[in-house]
Amino acid sequence: MKNNVELTSVGKSVQKIDGLEKITGAAVYTEDFDFGQGLLYAYIVESTYAHAKILSIDTSEAEKVPGVVKVFTGKDFPCKFGLYLADRYIFAQDEVKFYGEQVAAVVARNPKIAKKAAKLVKVEYQELPALFDQMEAFNQNIEGAAKNEIDKDAILLHPELEKYPHVPFIYPQAKRNIGHWRKTRKGDPEKGFEEADFVLEDEYFVPRYSHCPIEPHAAIGKFDTSGRLTIWASSQSPFTQRNIFATALKSLGISHKDVRVVTPYVGGGFGGKAGVTMEILAAAIALGVKGSPVKIVWNRAQEFYNTYQRLGAKAKIKMGFKKDGKITALKHQVYWDCGAYMEYGANTVNVIGLSATGPYKIDNVWIDSIAIYTNLPSCGAYRGFGYSEFSFGLESHISQAADKLGIDQVEIRRINAIQEGDTLAYGAPMNASGLHECIDKAAKSIDWGTKIESKDPNKVIAKSFVLFWKAPAMPPNASSSAFLKFNEDGSINLLVSGIDMGQGLLTVMAQIAGEILGLPVSKIRTENPDTDRNPYEWQTVASHVTWGCGNAVKKAAIDAREKIFDLIERVYSIPKSVLYLDDEKVKNSQDPNFAIPLKDFVIDGLYNKKENTFKGGPIMGVGVFLPEFSSTVCNVETSQGGKPNVHYTVGAGGAIIEIDKRSGKMTVLKMVEAIDVGKAINPSLVRGQMTGGAMQGFATVMCENMQFNDKGKLMNPNFTDYKIPTSKDAPLELDSIIVEHAQPDGPFGARGVGEHVMIACAPLVANAVENGLGIRIKDMPVIPEKIALRYKEKMNNK
Amino acid sequence: MKKITLKLNGETREAYVEYNDTLLEALRDKFGIKSPKCGCDRGDCGACTILLNGKSVRSCLILAIEADEQEIETVEGLTSANLCNLKDYTELEACGCFPAAEPVNISEIQKAFLKHNSFQCGFCAPGIVMSATELFRKNPTPSLDEIKEALSGNLCRCTGYLPIFEALVEVSEKGGNK
Repeated sequence: MKNNVELTSVGKSVQKIDGLEKITGAAVYTEDFDFGQGLLYAYIVESTYAHAKILSIDTSEAEKVPGVVKVFTGKDFPCKFGLYLADRYIFAQDEVKFYGEQVAAVVARNPKIAKKAAKLVKVEYQELPALFDQMEAFNQNIEGAAKNEIDKDAILLHPELEKYPHVPFIYPQAKRNIGHWRKTRKGDPEKGFEEADFVLEDEYFVPRYSHCPIEPHAAIGKFDTSGRLTIWASSQSPFTQRNIFATALKSLGISHKDVRVVTPYVGGGFGGKAGVTMEILAAAIALGVKGSPVKIVWNRAQEFYNTYQRLGAKAKIKMGFKKDGKITALKHQVYWDCGAYMEYGANTVNVIGLSATGPYKIDNVWIDSIAIYTNLPSCGAYRGFGYSEFSFGLESHISQAADKLGIDQVEIRRINAIQEGDTLAYGAPMNASGLHECIDKAAKSIDWGTKIESKDPNKVIAKSFVLFWKAPAMPPNASSSAFLKFNEDGSINLLVSGIDMGQGLLTVMAQIAGEILGLPVSKIRTENPDTDRNPYEWQTVASHVTWGCGNAVKKAAIDAREKIFDLIERVYSIPKSVLYLDDEKVKNSQDPNFAIPLKDFVIDGLYNKKENTFKGGPIMGVGVFLPEFSSTVCNVETSQGGKPNVHYTVGAGGAIIEIDKRSGKMTVLKMVEAIDVGKAINPSLVRGQMTGGAMQGFATVMCENMQFNDKGKLMNPNFTDYKIPTSKDAPLELDSIIVEHAQPDGPFGARGVGEHVMIACAPLVANAVENGLGIRIKDMPVIPEKIALRYKEKMNNK
Repeated sequence: MKKITLKLNGETREAYVEYNDTLLEALRDKFGIKSPKCGCDRGDCGACTILLNGKSVRSCLILAIEADEQEIETVEGLTSANLCNLKDYTELEACGCFPAAEPVNISEIQKAFLKHNSFQCGFCAPGIVMSATELFRKNPTPSLDEIKEALSGNLCRCTGYLPIFEALVEVSEKGGNK
């Protein structure tokens, strides 16, 4: 073997391999495909009530419009679907459950005709009482459910909930508006509170948010005349979509092998393009217009209210502390507003039920994480997957407690920070972690402990500090696979089905394969997924693909390398053990003159001089990865016994924020994040995640604000009224610190980082506001208006 | 339907458009120019930014018929093939210009964006490249504040803008987008 273990590709900030395509306009996104003259367009008829019975649907006027091909309603597709909990239909059946829900679709030869005709579809509704507050929804039918009955006054959104298919680790509560209730119990919380010198109780509120990828969802479906269904979709989950399409549409005679999902470049995902949302409309409608491709593209408003939103959360936190700051017990109850359908959101709720301790060692833990149906749009995966929501409360709470105990806000975190081998809330041991290194480096970066005075008497400058963690939320059998094949010139095409939605997966996978095979990244093209061509990947979510897909790619590269060595051994009688790959050649550690270029044999085979024959043939490699140690089997009442999370990525964040006392306007003068990524395969791309995630995190707390009216209608589904940051809102300085304590089962020690970067932001702002102005804001967003009003109130009360 | 004529990336092109087609719809569906993207269809996001007679505009806010007889530039027009003049391909490796660093000639702005990994998903990139191109034509050495101002109509959700600024500051420091 090669003695030199210095890495040549991994750990380098190479340029993104998709960079040139993207800055020249060559990159193809879903809506850029041309489908010719046969293309049809679908436009959706939407519910105008948050909760109502559908009495009748009259499509006759719409059908008369020239150019209209067909009109579909719920009756055409009576099939349910869902990833974790099958609680939704393709179109509403007898009842609508949120404002904007799809009721019917008009398919026409031209998008303008489809839109015009959709207005002619007449739907008659009978309005039903609606639930917009998760606590009100939680309180419905508590007594009735105990008797397995439905009280006549109770509003139940899914009265047949107990009959819905679901994964084994989701626990729907019959006859209630509760899709899942994860309970974690560890130690003796009551005793922990008794032993505490100080107990702090408080409540925190986090509203809903929207992902806002600049590319809205788009899908084209085609059911050809031979019975093959192809979907082109902007998606994070092509294989999961294929599975759901094939399963949901099985009654229509579809088999997995006949379903193909093609995903080109994705114009931003952030979790919103995970699982299946509107894509199922393209699949279903295609079946009804056999032979013609049909396109459905969400407009910006639909992107806000009919994909997923981030879950709303109300948290009750009770924490006990010793005088020295040590946490004795935590009771953390999170009531989640999951909307009308929670098929994906149920898993968000699940993982927070396991992880709502934050990255702290706490011996006595009580967590309830409760998924509640409401008559607002559906909620699901959003970058951070519940961790941002609970961390706002938890990190606010810890800073409040530190002040009341008279302990430094960084010190209290250092005292309680989790370390490798500590027991997690669900009983398994904590993975390798450099959390204390993250704390030290982040605190140093903002010069914690020294005060900065503003020169402007109307402004204050405040510092704040938080910790965060996150584990991938995935079933125990979520697997990845990779396939690579050499070309005549020694370059390779690497096929995976992880999605590069900007984070740099294609590049990072090329770096991993290149490292093993002695190839520069310029010799590797990683292909976007096509389920016919590329091998299986569960989904690109949970910040797990660098780890999971990376492991599969590494194995595929090793597989190809071993085939190369086997061939050399067979033809040259050189033992495999002395061979290595370097500089696009096979070399021999015992013979410096031995060097065979890969391009000489990876397609055409190796020439055997003695026999005048060729040996071998095209070199290909296959790799599969499944976390075989993971298990979700545990005690339903305590969550003890399983190993549901494969690992946590941990980090620390700090901020220096200037706040105007009169207007509440904030300027982030500096932000620091120190995150233990195990190994940065590409440091430039890791920093890219940190920068973009920080901005997205600050946006949720400092400007984004979803406004529903009292009928459950979203009033600001556009970028004029729902503000996302512009170039003028970027932080002035960002320090992205990469900490590397290797993940033993990760490729070259890597673990994920994509989501973690935004978790710190909301509590950093809330903590800075308290540190600077002495007001604690416990309800997000922490926007200037709110700060100014509450500060004024405080000064008036003085 | 009405026939319109555009000087599109230097070439005179004609197509029939509907009276209510936006310029964005016409460019994408009638002229096959796919780099301008539809992100909001109401002028908020800037993903459809193109240059109309040298000025950046949101092509979703203009009717195609209004652009008749006008000059349009998109990202497609900024690149050209990086061809070697040699006739015989066997001489290519010896001539020193092959393999080219990039298979196409790109502007200094684009080179800097590549070097700094400025974009992630890339959906906003064509619009931002055009806004930046306009800025550097008017002001070859803009300040960071001028860069922020020029890009303030182009939303990017992935990057936090900082890697975009880094690239453009570097172009400015080097004297402009040659």
